[in-house]
Amino acid sequence: MYTQSFNVPDQAGQKTVAVTPSTEDAELMARFDARIDADGRIEPQDWMPEAYRKTLVRQISQHAHSEIVGMLPEGNWISRAPSLKRKAILIAKVQDEGGHGLYLYSAAETLGTSRDQLLEGLHSGKAKYSSIFNYPTLNWADVGAIGWLVDGAAIMNQIPLCRCSYGPYSRAMVRVCKEESFHQRQGYEALLVMMKGTQAQRDMVQDAVNRLWWKCLAMFGPPDADSPNSAQGMRWGIKRISNDDLRQKFVDATVPQAKVLGITLPDPDLKWNEARQHYDYGQIDWQEFWDTVEGNGPCNKERLATRVKAHNDGQWVRDAAQAYARKQQERAMKEAA
Amino acid sequence: MSATIDYLLHLADNAVVLGQRDAEWCGHGPILEEDLALANVSLDLIGQARLLYQRAAELKGDGTTEDQLAYFRDSQAFRNYTLLELPHHGALVGYAVADRDYAATIVRNFLYSALMVHVWDALQTSADSTLAGIAAKSLKEATYHLHHSRDWLVRMGDGTDESHARAQAAVNHLLPYTEEFWTVSPAEAAAVEAGVGVDVRSLRGAWDALVNDALAEATLTRPQVRGYVPQGKVGLHSEHLGFLLAEMQSLARAHPDGCW
Amino acid sequence: MNTTALKEWPLWEIFVRSKQGLEHKHCGSLHAADASQALHMARDVYTRRQEGVSIWVVPSAAITASNPDEKGEFFDPAADKIYRHPTFYEIPDEVGHM
Repeated sequence: MYTQSFNVPDQAGQKTVAVTPSTEDAELMARFDARIDADGRIEPQDWMPEAYRKTLVRQISQHAHSEIVGMLPEGNWISRAPSLKRKAILIAKVQDEGGHGLYLYSAAETLGTSRDQLLEGLHSGKAKYSSIFNYPTLNWADVGAIGWLVDGAAIMNQIPLCRCSYGPYSRAMVRVCKEESFHQRQGYEALLVMMKGTQAQRDMVQDAVNRLWWKCLAMFGPPDADSPNSAQGMRWGIKRISNDDLRQKFVDATVPQAKVLGITLPDPDLKWNEARQHYDYGQIDWQEFWDTVEGNGPCNKERLATRVKAHNDGQWVRDAAQAYARKQQERAMKEAA
Repeated sequence: MSATIDYLLHLADNAVVLGQRDAEWCGHGPILEEDLALANVSLDLIGQARLLYQRAAELKGDGTTEDQLAYFRDSQAFRNYTLLELPHHGALVGYAVADRDYAATIVRNFLYSALMVHVWDALQTSADSTLAGIAAKSLKEATYHLHHSRDWLVRMGDGTDESHARAQAAVNHLLPYTEEFWTVSPAEAAAVEAGVGVDVRSLRGAWDALVNDALAEATLTRPQVRGYVPQGKVGLHSEHLGFLLAEMQSLARAHPDGCW
Repeated sequence: MNTTALKEWPLWEIFVRSKQGLEHKHCGSLHAADASQALHMARDVYTRRQEGVSIWVVPSAAITASNPDEKGEFFDPAADKIYRHPTFYEIPDEVGHM
């Protein structure tokens, strides 16, 4: 699912180090640039500048981490899903997020970083993931609202990435996007059904949307003016559309859907601008966004600690399978001898 | 008719309770690949439960729905095996908490699917043709669940010292609960009589063979079982089912007029 | 018995045949301790939506890939062999489809 501005630096104070290229590098660089300019694809074994590789590993792994941390807010409602049908849909959806994480980790691994190394980045708190998952899911409508709004926002972000310059990443995104359209539709439909139910159900939907709306807008990342890495990402074809443009696209698509649903989006400044042919919207609280990205949102510690615990608790299981595989190999070798 | 309904509820409750338990791992699995695999098991089980509840509701014919059967019956009305409602850890009272142990999950899934491959196989010729159809579909799923859990059982048993110890502890803890498989409840007896159900006692030899074979390959020992025989399928459960249902049913019951 | 922490599970490349009659196509990779486990995990990871009727798994380490630096000598020499293609030959219209 989900992605925000995957150009958020992993660690505060990180800066790009300029390296003077050798002549040979300059030649390779020129070829690389030419391919990017021709909208060609870069494959794992191709030469690529170190900064491109690093940026990709950071972006893809942030994306993968978002998927697996993103399993938790919705997973919170699996045991309490109010009907068996919704329970099955939710399990399938959360499972898909896990699958997306897996596809993305695999894509990142083609760049020479192992999944263990990537997970180490997440578990140590060094690597970032989408800020949206650091908010609690407080009522059942949150599940529908996440599907509609968060996955909706994610799709906006991810469709352009299907054309990104790095082959394995773009192929993973094609697979992800195919599966993702089910996510947004199931969420919106779940809310539609609730809106036709009792007043208490309608209140749940409105409450969930009130809590999530601004976080979704922030999810697209800081305004273009404050996104220092964006230009380089655009240049390299690993970011295709700017944060602000995607955010606007999302607002424009969502307002009519909210109307059909019969809920109010919690922004008094939200109105159609005839001149711009877009909806205007209010001020996003960027302080809160950065607080959350930096680890100080309402659920950061719970989310991260839960991932770490699952990984540590699973160590003996992974070890068992590997020990067994080794023994089997040894037995086969003995038999052959 | 009521014999068929009771029997369907037994099968459906089994599936929903184990589906609920296995889904607890979603997002917490030992590795991402396995997280996805176990979610598939859960999805199969919940799918089975839905079909079985739907059939039971249809036979009741009073407008009951699958969700009323799953969400608005109390624990005494549930007819699942006690084995399936236990938390994923060793023996503890109902309100105790402990870490989930993947060995308990795997051993339970193995013991249950080793039974269900035979149950579903036999039910393909049930006098209730809907149930026979559900059985044919569920047989494929159970066969996969058996494969999955057996594979892991062997890997754990014949893996590291720790995994061996955990697997053996889970077998020692859970195997006694399977004694319930071989008692015949009034609902089962009536269903067998009507040609709808299968006499589980006739499956014991085949189940024993599967279990002994897997335990041997896993270098695990089969403990002696004595004493209390659980009676979940007649509605006498452990302390754990009440908590499982309290959680599962909470939202549906808080909004009995809601539509989802 | 060695119970100290082991390295992570090896990586496998997954190939799925989407339907009978079509070739197996590379669809991604995953981690598994051994081949049989890789096969089962591939089923759960890559065929959740009926994407396949057959799966191959191959250890990623077993793949030998052509070197991108040799792309020129590897593939360019085929470029001028246009006579290998049917459209190279002109056949009178009255002959019909050939």
